[in-house]
Amino acid sequence: MEDGYTTADGRKIGAVVMEMKNITLRFGGVVAIKDISFDIREGEIRAIIGPNGAGKSSMLNVISGFYVPQEGEVWFHGAPRPQLRPYQVAQQGIARTFQNIALFEGMSVLDNVMTGRLTQMKSGLFAQAFWKGKAEAEETANREVAERIIDFLEIQSIRKTPVGRLPYGLKKRVELARALAAEPKLLLLDEPMAGMNVEEKEDMSRFILDVNDEFGTTIALIEHDMGVVMDLSDRVVVMDYGKKIGDGTPEEVRSNQDVIDAYLGVSHD
Amino acid sequence: MSDQFLYAIEVTMNGLMAGVLYALVALGFVLIYKASGIFNYAQGVMALFAAMTLVGIMDGQVPFSHLINAAFGTKVHHFGWHVPALAAILLTVGVMVALAWMVQRFVMRHLVNQEPIILFMATIGLAYFLEGLSDLMWGSEIKKLDVGLPQGGSLWIEDMTSGLGSDNFYGFFIDNLDIVAAIVAVLLVLALMAFSNYTKEGRALRAVADDHQAALSVGISLDFIWVLVWSVAGFVALVAGIMWGTKSGVQFSLSLIALKALPVLMLGGFTSIPGAIVGGLIIGVGEKLFEFALGPMLGGATENWFAYVLALLFLVFRPQGLFGEKIIERV
Ligand SMILES: Nc1ncnc2c1ncn2[C@@H]1O[C@H](COP(=O)(O)OP(=O)(O)O)[C@@H](O)[C@H]1O
Ligand SMILES: [Mg+2]
Repeated sequence: MEDGYTTADGRKIGAVVMEMKNITLRFGGVVAIKDISFDIREGEIRAIIGPNGAGKSSMLNVISGFYVPQEGEVWFHGAPRPQLRPYQVAQQGIARTFQNIALFEGMSVLDNVMTGRLTQMKSGLFAQAFWKGKAEAEETANREVAERIIDFLEIQSIRKTPVGRLPYGLKKRVELARALAAEPKLLLLDEPMAGMNVEEKEDMSRFILDVNDEFGTTIALIEHDMGVVMDLSDRVVVMDYGKKIGDGTPEEVRSNQDVIDAYLGVSHD
Repeated sequence: MSDQFLYAIEVTMNGLMAGVLYALVALGFVLIYKASGIFNYAQGVMALFAAMTLVGIMDGQVPFSHLINAAFGTKVHHFGWHVPALAAILLTVGVMVALAWMVQRFVMRHLVNQEPIILFMATIGLAYFLEGLSDLMWGSEIKKLDVGLPQGGSLWIEDMTSGLGSDNFYGFFIDNLDIVAAIVAVLLVLALMAFSNYTKEGRALRAVADDHQAALSVGISLDFIWVLVWSVAGFVALVAGIMWGTKSGVQFSLSLIALKALPVLMLGGFTSIPGAIVGGLIIGVGEKLFEFALGPMLGGATENWFAYVLALLFLVFRPQGLFGEKIIERV
């Protein structure tokens, strides 16, 4: 387990890339995360599940720098990470989507995806103004990556459509496209399938598996639907009322009594 | 063509020229409002401060000389040199960028996630601060600004057009400065559009204007973007300051041009750059034509209130402005 493991379907999982150590996060009197530790390995699809209000989104927000935990450390690539701002986390190759979708509604799909390339663009302002050739070459190269991702997610037909006009399911897909455009090492997805119909859910599941398979992207995802989680993920963290109540393969987690209680709504005392 | 009609054309052209200047000031407001949701009350004072700084640098004035003299008993006022206009403009741009950085670092950064009204009040504070700083650095007397822009009526246009009407018609009277201002404003807007559409900073700026949270998630530093917009707004203020300052001298009343921008914003909407331009032109032409046609009947000086009445009508009948989307309350 030290250097990784091989999954049932034969994928090689690597070493730990991110480790949460004893994270505690409070909002006034509310303890959203209570002393939680877990790790994420390279190439893995890691799920975080739990009932509403369990603290899942908060955990993702701690990883991506939107929330600052009162206690605990985040380790990235084997070293403790100083407290970073969200944009600095993004610049380290960690991309994310939001539970409530945060897109640039007034911009086209292509423009939205292109913003995902911003961290990869190096030309300074003056180069762009006075040294057309280099900046244009860079723009073209980035445009190609964006177009490839748009093809990959099968949203070519809406490339030029302003995002504000798209239905919910497609917006979720565009948000994934923007995150992928950054070519992230770690991809964080907050309920990527929430509010979708069955068909859209199947598409999204397929895309998530393909991303992991073809680009080798490490993925941490939050999901409500137990069935989806069982199909998609290699390992699962289960949260309830801010505490970690389970951690392991889907099979292990499913047979864990605490998890069963939490999901069946056994009263808490 | 009847002389009356020709005069109306001349009035329209002069209105367009005035409108360009209104649009320029409104543009400064729109830039900051779009990117950060802040209504920058200090935009007018920024124009004053920029113009004061430009004159001060050109004349080789010692900044804070009153303060220095009071503290050390010295009598310094001037360095004794003159800085060429172009160099002085570049230095002033530098000062405005430094100002933008300080506003972000010492004021706005501490107010993230505050209510818009709090941010608005912070800019009121900033306006008074800048007004005082301007006095302290460069003194409060009226100054003449001459960066070499042509002034006075264009004889060429007058000659070219004098044949159009009767013998009493001498040709169109259009101020050279207004023509230059219009050209500069058009170039400025084109440059801003190119910046916003074809550079990565421009794309980042549009992203921030659209959604802060999403912008952060793709790696955009809000601090950087806000320094950038305040710098650009400072630059726009400088351009407006140069035009108005050349026209009527650099003095406190320059900061009141911001009041002219308000009706423009109500017409054009607070978030639309084309809106600011078209709004400026409509108000410029509207007030000049109104004065020309009805002014004598209404006792004159209608230019003082026409813009506000027009803006009021817009508020009643089309509150979203010319280009804004219809506001429908979500229920
Ligand atoms: N920004 C915030 N301010 C105050 N309380 C918050 C904030 N974000 C989350 N919480 C609280 O933290 C707890 C966990 O919320 P969340 O992480 O969104 O849960 P989940 O994603 O598992 O549904 C909830 O009680 C929620 O009200
Ligand atoms: Mg959540």
